[in-house]
Amino acid sequence: MNKELYGKLIFECSVPGRRGFSLPVNTYADKLADLPAELLRKDAPALPEVDEPSLVRHYNNLSTNNFGVDTGFYPLGSCTMKYNPKLNEEIAASPVVAGLHPAQPDDTVQGALEAYFTLQSFLSEIGGMSEFTLNPYAGAHGELTGLMVIHAYHDHNGSVERDTVLVPDSAHGTNPASANVAGYKIVEVKSLEDGTVDVDDLRSKLNDHVAAMMMTNPNTLGIFEKRIPEIAKMVHEAGALMYYDGANLNPMLGIARPGDMGFDVMHINLHKTFSTPHGGGGPGAGPVGVRKGLEMFLPNPRVVYDADDDFYSVVTDSPEALGRISSWLGNYTVELRALAYILSLGADNLAQVGPLATLNANYVKDSLKDVYKLPIDGRCKHEFVFDGLADKSTAVTTLHVAKRLLDFGFHAPTIYFPLLFHESLMIEPTETESRETLDSFIAVMRRIAGEAATDPEMLKTAPHNTPVSGCDDTEAALHPRVKFSDLS
Amino acid sequence: MSRHRYLPHTDADVAAMLERCGADTVDRLFEDIPEALRMKKPYELPGELSEPEVRRFFRTLDMRDEVLTCFAGGGFYDRYAPSVIASLMARSEFLTAYTPYQPEISQGTLQYIFEYQSMMCALTGLDVSNASLYDGATATAEAMMMCVAAARKRNRVLISATIAPYVLDVARTYARYHKVQLDVIPEKDGVTDRAAMQQMLSAGDVAGVILPSPNYWGILEDLTGFADDIHAARALMVINGHALALGVVKSPAEWGADIAVGDAQSLGMPLNFGGPYLGYMCVTKALMRKMPGRIVGATIDRKGQRVFVLTLQAREQHIRREKATSNICSNQGIMTLYAAMYCSVMGAEGIRRVNELSYGGAHYLARLLTEIPGVELVYPDKPFLNEFLVKFPSPEAADAAYYDAVDYGYLPGIRVGDDKLLIAVTEMRGTEEMDELAQIFAEAVNPGSTKGKEDSNE
Repeated sequence: MNKELYGKLIFECSVPGRRGFSLPVNTYADKLADLPAELLRKDAPALPEVDEPSLVRHYNNLSTNNFGVDTGFYPLGSCTMKYNPKLNEEIAASPVVAGLHPAQPDDTVQGALEAYFTLQSFLSEIGGMSEFTLNPYAGAHGELTGLMVIHAYHDHNGSVERDTVLVPDSAHGTNPASANVAGYKIVEVKSLEDGTVDVDDLRSKLNDHVAAMMMTNPNTLGIFEKRIPEIAKMVHEAGALMYYDGANLNPMLGIARPGDMGFDVMHINLHKTFSTPHGGGGPGAGPVGVRKGLEMFLPNPRVVYDADDDFYSVVTDSPEALGRISSWLGNYTVELRALAYILSLGADNLAQVGPLATLNANYVKDSLKDVYKLPIDGRCKHEFVFDGLADKSTAVTTLHVAKRLLDFGFHAPTIYFPLLFHESLMIEPTETESRETLDSFIAVMRRIAGEAATDPEMLKTAPHNTPVSGCDDTEAALHPRVKFSDLS
Repeated sequence: MSRHRYLPHTDADVAAMLERCGADTVDRLFEDIPEALRMKKPYELPGELSEPEVRRFFRTLDMRDEVLTCFAGGGFYDRYAPSVIASLMARSEFLTAYTPYQPEISQGTLQYIFEYQSMMCALTGLDVSNASLYDGATATAEAMMMCVAAARKRNRVLISATIAPYVLDVARTYARYHKVQLDVIPEKDGVTDRAAMQQMLSAGDVAGVILPSPNYWGILEDLTGFADDIHAARALMVINGHALALGVVKSPAEWGADIAVGDAQSLGMPLNFGGPYLGYMCVTKALMRKMPGRIVGATIDRKGQRVFVLTLQAREQHIRREKATSNICSNQGIMTLYAAMYCSVMGAEGIRRVNELSYGGAHYLARLLTEIPGVELVYPDKPFLNEFLVKFPSPEAADAAYYDAVDYGYLPGIRVGDDKLLIAVTEMRGTEEMDELAQIFAEAVNPGSTKGKEDSNE
């Protein structure tokens, strides 16, 4: 890339008098200037002025400074960076869907509503739940919605004193944050040395103030919580509900269903398990499922089907509903992608996702555990966590390993999470990676372990082959410059 | 046997990999799961569909949807989407990346978010933008919670009755669970009742006030003096508005707002039956560290090059857990690229012209409709941008007008009550369409009234 030409911000490409738009001639008699001056802005906003060819080069070149799943292996733990099928993009780009206004009458959007209803029923089957809402926009939004379902349920039953949510200390940060937004106090439940929930600690924290217990299964270490039936029983006996954080659902496909494990409410990240693209941080989707008996608390609007009339309709005023958590029916074209994915795989292939994702993770783990510290040995599920290098004498940290990986065309794993270990390196390969890719990754990880012994200083200044390196985060936080005009 | 095209494993691969893992079957990898929890029967889901069959499935669904000529808005509009945007949005280096945790290989994502932030700051006039929230409604709810967090001991927030009903519903939902006392400021003649707001502020327990501009009825409210009232009560002023209008109407900063939120769908994003859209939020410098969501900042790298990184992360859930400013993690990501490209293609001039066309068209249509006997503007004395509320002589007339229009292939607006319709015009609508819509309405309201005209033309 020619950095001088294309390394600029779009604002720096701006030349007064250039334009990129094409609009009809305005022949209307009424003009904005007819409005009272105090309602109009004084100065035009400082936006770029660029022609179309320059704009295309700018953003095209910008994309080459990025790494996506289509670029290479992306073993970012807990993010399930699987392949994003191209067919799904084609489906999501339907010009019919693009033109549908969310306030259209139901009889003009029967196809769109059927797609929504079909996906929610497929997810119900996969989750072992009774009904899903697809309205939540992301995983954390799903958690929040699920906790609101739980809140509405307890309110409905008159147990207003339930003001606490239990969260394992290994949980994703969104769990306690969502519980806080939902108005709950958070109490942490300890983990045992093997990373699973300390059932005795849980027992001591259960009482009639507890509204719910939030868990992933497998947990953030990729370990299946074997005692889940016992945990669910205890929680239910205390009058609380079980919440399943679906961030780690991928290895369960074809193996087990959260509903069968005793969970009452769950969310699914469509951008993880169901292959929709992560888009540099969104849009995702976080559908929420509930077991039988809790459907009425799901948020408005809700899509219902009348089989007698073969008619789908949108209900906006369910009286027991927790309320409304989105403008409309969620990130609709993300939902379409997930539906296309399920249809493309079909029941049998979908049931292979969990086993193959688990095989890939165990293969990588067992190929590296002699040179990286594996704190919890044994079978993992879709992911596992190393506690840095096995040899701690070199002072080479997880950060250095992660940065060095970038030099070899691999994305880094999730680092310094979970918080249970000092040097967490969380690896999730997903089922769409081939054995050759994994072998190459394993070879590079072993090479880096070797470099830690022979050339630690080189590792500490990695990466060396990327467009930029050694970004000064401290400077960014000390003197925040967060827009173009802050730069001058 | 070959597997599905998304799954690269051959039987030989599986055998070799299992050997490394010391397992004889894949099922062994799940032996730690109690048998009682294992799935006992296959998924009750359809079998695999080939690519042509998946296409046909969705084509069949599409045939059961009707794309109508859109006069509906309510905050979401049928707008001109420059063709370069869809083309560039499809770059998979952008699309298939995740949150830019590794700046060395994420400068593409980080830079477009920085550009987006800069543009939203230019549009709102405020100091800091985040890297997006889900939609305008949840952004408003986040602003509400931010007001309470900033005020510490006060937990009451006021919101105008003139805001969009779905925004109010979402704010109410968050308020109910987050224990915010959310009170509605009544409307008077289509705009926020300032005297009522002053009265409510006088209790001294208000943390923030949320006001719309333009409001749900399309009216540009005159908020002169509101900031003084609100700030005198030590509360924060939040303005909610859709992003495109910001290019021409008085900006939130000019009104004295501390927080600007809203939906950016109006920046040319496809309607897509409700999403994905884009919630924006901008705040004053004083509130920067209380803002939810991700923020990208500029810094330098080892070689002294200008680079972009995620910054001020101490606000966020992965660091602060329950003490974070919000639970938001994934946001609307690549939709910020859409917004940045739209603002670059259009520039200030294009955005002004789109607003001019919408303004001109809306006033043209409003005049046509009010010429129909019995049809009138609900708020005839209030200035509006591109959307207005009309009242029909009866609920029956409103029904007839609405459904006749749908039969002719129009989405004539959004129903309000049983006799009113909220109608929006954008640069996508031509005068022929508006003429025809007016004729359909005239015939529906006064059957036979236009028949004679047509006959005499022949």
